[in-house]
Amino acid sequence: MSKSSKFDRRMSRRTMLKGAAGAVGLAAGSGAITGFPYVHSADPKVLRYLGTAVNEGDEISKKCLEDTGIKIEYITATTDDVTKRVITQPNSFDVLDTEYFSLRKLVPSGNIFALDARKIKEFDNITPVFTKGQLPNGKKIGDQGTAPWKVLYLEGANSKTFSKTPTEFVTLIPTVYNADTLGIRPDLIKRPISSWTELLNPEFKGKASILNIPSIGIMDAAMVVEASGQHTYADKGNMTKAEIDLTMKIMTEAKKAGQFRAFWKDFNESVNLMASGETVIQSMWSPAVTKVRSMGIACTFQPLKEGYRSWASGFCVSKAVSGPKLDWAYEFVNWYLSGWAGAYLNRQGYYSAVLSTAKANMTADEWGYWMEGKAAVSDIKAPDGTVLEKAGTKRDGGSYEDRMGAVACWNAVMDENDYMVRKWNEFIAA
Amino acid sequence: MMQGRKTFVAWLQAAPMMVVFSVFFLLPLLLVTIVSAWDYNEYEMIPAFSLRGYSDTFEGCIADLPNLCTILKTYLKTLKLCLLTWCLTLLIGFTVAYFLAFHVRSKTWQIVLTLLCTIPFWTSNVIRMIAWIPLLGRNGLVNRGLEGVGLIRQPLEWLLFSEFSVVLALVHLFTFFMVVPIFNSMIRIDKRLIEAAYDAGATGWQTLVNVVIPLAKPGIVIGSIFVITIVMGDFVTIGVMGGQQIASAGKIIETRLNALQFPAAAANAVILLGITILIISALTRIVDVRKEL
Repeated sequence: MSKSSKFDRRMSRRTMLKGAAGAVGLAAGSGAITGFPYVHSADPKVLRYLGTAVNEGDEISKKCLEDTGIKIEYITATTDDVTKRVITQPNSFDVLDTEYFSLRKLVPSGNIFALDARKIKEFDNITPVFTKGQLPNGKKIGDQGTAPWKVLYLEGANSKTFSKTPTEFVTLIPTVYNADTLGIRPDLIKRPISSWTELLNPEFKGKASILNIPSIGIMDAAMVVEASGQHTYADKGNMTKAEIDLTMKIMTEAKKAGQFRAFWKDFNESVNLMASGETVIQSMWSPAVTKVRSMGIACTFQPLKEGYRSWASGFCVSKAVSGPKLDWAYEFVNWYLSGWAGAYLNRQGYYSAVLSTAKANMTADEWGYWMEGKAAVSDIKAPDGTVLEKAGTKRDGGSYEDRMGAVACWNAVMDENDYMVRKWNEFIAA
Repeated sequence: MMQGRKTFVAWLQAAPMMVVFSVFFLLPLLLVTIVSAWDYNEYEMIPAFSLRGYSDTFEGCIADLPNLCTILKTYLKTLKLCLLTWCLTLLIGFTVAYFLAFHVRSKTWQIVLTLLCTIPFWTSNVIRMIAWIPLLGRNGLVNRGLEGVGLIRQPLEWLLFSEFSVVLALVHLFTFFMVVPIFNSMIRIDKRLIEAAYDAGATGWQTLVNVVIPLAKPGIVIGSIFVITIVMGDFVTIGVMGGQQIASAGKIIETRLNALQFPAAAANAVILLGITILIISALTRIVDVRKEL
C-alpha cells in the first residue's frame, strides 16, 4: 500500500505547528534566552521524521515526547515524494518511514544508514513474518514481489547489496504491515464475492476501480489475471516484459469496454468513490474501508480465495545522521517497538511488528477482535475513542494468521519497472 | 559619451527584469533541457549523453503505424481538450467582457461586477473542482434532479469522470483569464467608433465583427495564451475530473517524476514546451500583441 493523505491534511499541519511551538518553548526554557540561571539547559532532542501520514499521529508524537523526551517533527509527503526526497535531499530528514519495496530504489542510492540489529532491543522479537517469511506458527508466507525478508539485511555497513542471509546490518526496522484485498459494497452487489476475477466481471461494468499507482496497481491486475486463469506468473512482483504486456492488454481491453469508473490515487479518493456509490468493487486499503463504514455505509474488506497483496513499512535512518542524533534515532525506534505504538497501530487495523509488546498494551477483548478473529465482546473503539464496530462483530478476513497466512504477494519494484511504468501510461491513455 | 551613458542607463533599467528572467526562467529551462539528454536508472540521473528519454517517449510510434502510439494519442487528447476549453472560454469570456464593457454604464458597477467574478478565486482551484463531483456523480444532484423530473430513468454516466466533466471544470476554472484581458481591451475602445459605425448604418453584428472584435484582438490573444498554456500543462484537473482515466501531457510528466525518471520527465517537458510555444507563436503571428498594446 502506498499511503498518501491518509489523515486530514490539517492534522499534519497542526502537528507541524505544535512542533514549531514546542521548539520555541524549549528554546525559551533552555535558559539561553531568558538568562534564568536555575533553568536546566539541555539540547532539545529533535528528530525530523519523513513519511506518509499513515503512521504520523499527534498521539504518537505526544506519547513519544512524554516517554523519551524526543520531539518528533513530522514531514509528511506521498510515498512517491518520500522516495524522491530521500534520493535528492538526504540531509532534510533524520528518520524515514517508508515501505520495503522502496528499498530497491533507496539502498542503491547510498543514502540509507545500515542500522545495527544489536542495538534494537526487540529485534529478536520481531515477528518472523519479516525475518523468516513465516507466521509465528511456522506457516510459510507467499514470497512473490519485494517481500521484506529479501531486502531486510545488508552485506556490510556501507554495502549497497542486500544480503540473503541474516546479518547485523538492517535496512529498515519493520513497524507496520497489512494484507490488502478488494473492497466491495455488499448492499449494492447483493451476492457473495470470493475471487479477484470479479474486478473484471462485466456485471460491474462502469462500477469498478483500481489504484493508479503503477507498481501497486499492476500487482492487483496480476492477481486478477491469475485468478481468471489466463496466466500463471512465476513472480507477480517481478514480471517479464511479455507478462507485463499480457497483463496490460487484459486491463486495457477491460478499460476500453468501460469496466472502470475511475482510478484512484489517494485514500480519500478511494473513500469517496465507494461512499458515493460510483464504484461497488475496487482495490482498497483497510483503513479506507473502515472510513466508509464509519460514514454509515456498508463496505467489506473482502477476503478472496486467491489471497492478499501485502505491504510493510518501517523506519530507516538517513546516512547523514550521526553523533547524539543517531542515539536518539535508536532510542526512538526502540520506543516505537516497545508496545504503546504497536497497540495504537493494531487498533487501526494494521499489524505491529512486535506482537508481544503490542499485546501487553491492549485489552484481551481488543486483542481477540483485531488479532484472533474473535467476535468483539464490547464495542471496538478507534485510538481516538470513536466506536468503530459494535459488540459482536468479527473482523473481515478473520485472525492475523488467517490474513497474513493468505498473503500471495508483496508490493514490489520490478526489474522491468521502467518498462512497466511506460505500459501503465499506455493503459491510462487507452 | 552621451550615447554610451544612455545605453548604460537603459541596460541598468532593464537589468532587474533580466536577472529575474534568467535566474527563474532561462536557467531552469536550460537545466531541464540538459537533463532531458541524460541517461537514468531506477534511482539516479546519469550525466552521460543519451536520448533515451526521448526515444522511450516515442517508443513504438513507427511500429504501431497506422495506429497512433500512446504519446501521440495523449497529445491529440490534450490538444482536443485544450481546443474545446479554448473555444468555450473565449465564447463565454468574450460575452461577459462585452456585457461589462458596453452594457454596464457606470464605472462603479463595472468594477463591482468584475470583482464579483474574482470571488470564486478566493477558494483553491482543487476545491472548486472537487465541488463538481457530488453534483455530477451517479447519485449526484443533477442525476437525482433529472430522475425526479422524469427526464431520465438511468443516471447519466457521462456527466462525471468523462471528457465532458473535464472540459466543464476547465472552463469553469479558467474563463476568468479570458474575461479580464478582453475586458481590458474593450474598455479602451473609443465609444465614438461604435457610434460612428451605428451612424454609418452598420448592424449590431457588423459593428461587432468589423469594429469590436478587431480592436479587442490583443485581449483575445493574451487571454488565449493564458488558457492554452494552463490547459496544455494541466494534469490535476484532467486527473480529478477525468477519474484518472484520461491521459494528458502533464500527467505523463508526473508519472515519470513519480517513477524517479527525471530525464524522461524532462524530455517530455521539453516536448510539451515546444508544442505550446508553436501554438503561442502561431497566435502571436495573427496579432502583434506589442504593437496593438
